Amino acid sequence: MATDEDAPSQGRRTALKCMLWAGTGVMWTVAGGVPRSVLLGGDGAQAATPGGLSFVQISDSHIGFANPPNTNTPGTLQEAIGRVNAEKGNAALMIHTGDVSHLSRAAQFDTAEQIIKGAGLETHYVPGEHDVLEDDGKPFFARFTKGGPNGWYSFDQQGVHFVGLNNVQDLKAGGLGNLGHEQLEWLEADLKGRSASQPIVVFAHVPLWLVYKDWGWGTDDGAQAVSYLKRFGSVTVLNGHIHQVMQKVEGSVAFHTARSTAFPQPAPGTAPSPGPIKDVPAGQLRALLGVRKVQLVASGKELAVVNDTTLAG
Amino acid sequence: MRLRPAILAGTMACALLTGVRARAEGATVTIDNFAFTPAEITVSPGTTVTWLNRDDIPHTVTDAAEPRAFKSPPLDTNDSFRHAFTTPGTYHYFCSLHPHMQGTVVVR
Repeated sequence: MATDEDAPSQGRRTALKCMLWAGTGVMWTVAGGVPRSVLLGGDGAQAATPGGLSFVQISDSHIGFANPPNTNTPGTLQEAIGRVNAEKGNAALMIHTGDVSHLSRAAQFDTAEQIIKGAGLETHYVPGEHDVLEDDGKPFFARFTKGGPNGWYSFDQQGVHFVGLNNVQDLKAGGLGNLGHEQLEWLEADLKGRSASQPIVVFAHVPLWLVYKDWGWGTDDGAQAVSYLKRFGSVTVLNGHIHQVMQKVEGSVAFHTARSTAFPQPAPGTAPSPGPIKDVPAGQLRALLGVRKVQLVASGKELAVVNDTTLAG
Repeated sequence: MRLRPAILAGTMACALLTGVRARAEGATVTIDNFAFTPAEITVSPGTTVTWLNRDDIPHTVTDAAEPRAFKSPPLDTNDSFRHAFTTPGTYHYFCSLHPHMQGTVVVR
């Protein structure tokens, strides 16, 4: 968990940590910026009242990766999409928070696109660093972010404002993820004039908050982006990159990272490097991969529900 | 340039056979666990340095200075990259995907 001054209180931090290991069947309710969790099937499941917007997040499909612990990343992406189909309900759309491919190759993009189409949901992508290895990312943007030639864009859906950001290019030696001046100016202008009561969902590949500096898990100018978001009453920031679930709350801004559909990575500092966890016990891989469903309830104080599901459940 | 593993193996075998002279002409930096090893090397002018990626994750070798004197393509597992350093100086480089990975080549 993050250890900076804005980290949640000890009690909440402990609760969050427990959720990290619980793995499946946990529904997150973020009310007024304060998350609480309930087991699926309990009263909380009904709290997600019909009529609100719901959507699905998948991340880090890494098509092209074929090493331990997963030599079949198309297969696990297919399973994830199967899970989405089974549980999507009235989901309006899906977001993919980057690293669609492992090496930015056209065939890898093709494979991912074909499998993801199977969800039958309009899907909005942002690039991961593995997606922009060729020609400054142009092949990715032409295919996956048609509304954003540089990989960033926004749109509205049922009153919720979605902002997709690109923090994986023009990285500096010794630095972290990077948004850059041009994108920050665009973001400030995009949010200007919007009502503070409009729910905002921001999605980007690398966490916008500092998860772990030694492994580069953060965004150098992420705090600048968050400063533009703080006046809004409900902000949900969804990231990928670290292949595990983590949460943090700062005022009305709730940060969440998602599981990968390809392979797990270690908790910060628990391994020599952030590389894939290779020695996953037989049969346990799917408990470490997953998809996420988010529900935004328009009425009352319930602002967002995040339900993480593993492929093993 | 980028070498396939078979070619690299051949190059290394030659280096072993020719002994001292080869060591004077070449140097190798390996990439393991998201780190360049050794992180700093000192070579004489004209030395070709070879980087070998032994991680399961792709990396690059990118000059930190602008304009860049060298930048590798993405190196997949067991791919390598070579660059000849002709001009004395200190060259800081990093991985453009994982910029916390940094290294230095001193040419003198």
